[in-house]
Amino acid sequence: MKLSYLKIVFLAVFSLIILSAFVIENPYYSISQKDVEIVIPQGFPKPVYDFRKNKMSAEAFTLGRKLFYDPLLSKDNFTSCGTCHLRFAAFAHVDHALSHGIANRIGKRNVPALQNLIWKNEFMADGGINHLDLQPIAPLTSEDEMGETLENVILKLQNDSVYPRLFQTAFGDSIVSTKNMMKALSQFVCLMISSDSKYDKFIAGKVEFTLNEKNGLNLFRAKCSSCHKEPLFTDNSYRNNGLAPDPKLNDIGRKLITGKESDLYKFRVPTLRNIEMTYPYMHDGRFNTLEEVLKYYSEGKFHSTGFDKELTKTTGLTESEKIDLIIFLRTLTDKTFLYDRRFANPL
Amino acid sequence: MKILFFILLNFIGIVSNGNPENGNELQINFRHFVGSDSLIFKTKEYVNELGQKYTVTKFKYYISNIQLINDSGKVFSSEEYFLINEDEPQSKGFSVKDVPPGNYKTLSFIIGVDSLRNCSGLQEGALDPIKGMFWAWNTGYIFLKLEGTSESSTAQGGIFEYHIGGFKEPVNAIRKISLEMDSLIFADEVPDSKKIFIKADISQILKQPVSIDFSTMPVVSDMTNAELVANNYSDMFSLIKEK
Repeated sequence: MKLSYLKIVFLAVFSLIILSAFVIENPYYSISQKDVEIVIPQGFPKPVYDFRKNKMSAEAFTLGRKLFYDPLLSKDNFTSCGTCHLRFAAFAHVDHALSHGIANRIGKRNVPALQNLIWKNEFMADGGINHLDLQPIAPLTSEDEMGETLENVILKLQNDSVYPRLFQTAFGDSIVSTKNMMKALSQFVCLMISSDSKYDKFIAGKVEFTLNEKNGLNLFRAKCSSCHKEPLFTDNSYRNNGLAPDPKLNDIGRKLITGKESDLYKFRVPTLRNIEMTYPYMHDGRFNTLEEVLKYYSEGKFHSTGFDKELTKTTGLTESEKIDLIIFLRTLTDKTFLYDRRFANPL
Repeated sequence: MKILFFILLNFIGIVSNGNPENGNELQINFRHFVGSDSLIFKTKEYVNELGQKYTVTKFKYYISNIQLINDSGKVFSSEEYFLINEDEPQSKGFSVKDVPPGNYKTLSFIIGVDSLRNCSGLQEGALDPIKGMFWAWNTGYIFLKLEGTSESSTAQGGIFEYHIGGFKEPVNAIRKISLEMDSLIFADEVPDSKKIFIKADISQILKQPVSIDFSTMPVVSDMTNAELVANNYSDMFSLIKEK
């Protein structure tokens, strides 16, 4: 009698553990209209993205999420957007220097994090793409990434047993179009807003910074913030940060887009939000740690071809300054964003 | 009922002349040539100015910002975008609708897509990126594609490929074409439908001001030489008479 009572208690506890695990990371987390409301965080500027042309809806977001994680979108049916954009790394490809694609192909640049995209007017490290709705076409059709044609993607989706119904529900049209597909993908990534880090809570007066964090913030504001401008931690400009070009990649940066000699080796200033999670660093992923990054900026051995004059501020950091800066940079990690169930793989 | 319907239509002059339902329309038809020969894909061989033989396998281009200018200088503009594709015969003719009455002297259009449209996000219809006339890595439409083969080509597979685009400085390959017409009159009284025929001569893409050599420039697919080719093709259109 006593034994079976224990058994029941054990079973109850065991099933609770299983159940709670399921609730915490339910892959089928269903999205409500309230879940897709765009809330502009305090102190953030007005978004660049025009939501009047793509009204957020639970159905379109859910469709966008499915598309984002669906390997059907690639030529080999094995590679999805989510293959290289990992949620727990703020949608960067953690520990991979250069992008990986179908058939073991390696691309030319480090996979960027996906966050706070509605405040960007141009995309890619060279700014070659001028609208968020057009952005997915590049990785979809790049031979080094998903290697598919737009025509084929649309065909596969149209012939799928589920997608036409999802397009019908989201956009009132079961015919799969480029436009609606891109709108859905945009809705999914538009909601990726990171604004709940310790830094944000400190700015809002909700938490205190430690002495090191405070010191790091002051150093940051003196030496880094002219390019990595708060609150987005980028001024969205293109700059040559003095890295010697890798002769094997021969990446000319923004010059590829504009053809201008003055844009040689310039790349977009990346955001530093969740920077702790998005290693390796730089456009070609050459540095594995933040320590290496700060060592580089501090040493000041910049490549001679037209490096940005702001870089002179970053040189000559002491060891304790570097430590404080890194401690500050870790306050930009936003666990609310990194573990947001809305962005989990539903497949 | 049927008779009544017919009479009513006849009264406003639609059925009898095969006229448009409402408003004047101008049908613009494109005819593709290489010099004086009609364009035939793949099987027919042509020779460029440098004596290099070639065949053509693809020919597509955008026509937009169409304007009709009348004898008093008044401009009528069409907002539509058209993709002309040799592979799709029905794409080689289209109608400009609701042309106001007038005596038109000039037809102008651009080969390509204006910068505003290039910067306005995802487009539909003729401008849907699925049409293959779009650069994904450097946002912008490809204005014109000419592809083919030549023994003289040094590119892999003996092909040549000219993909021309670029809408902002320092590379702007948008070219405006103006064609003078004898007279294109839309009278006041009844809606009318007129047809014109425009010859597009591929041989012009390969010459003047620069003779394109398949051995030294078999491929133009970024903006480096886009303006050179665009300058060549800016005189490839002319009005022709056809029934």
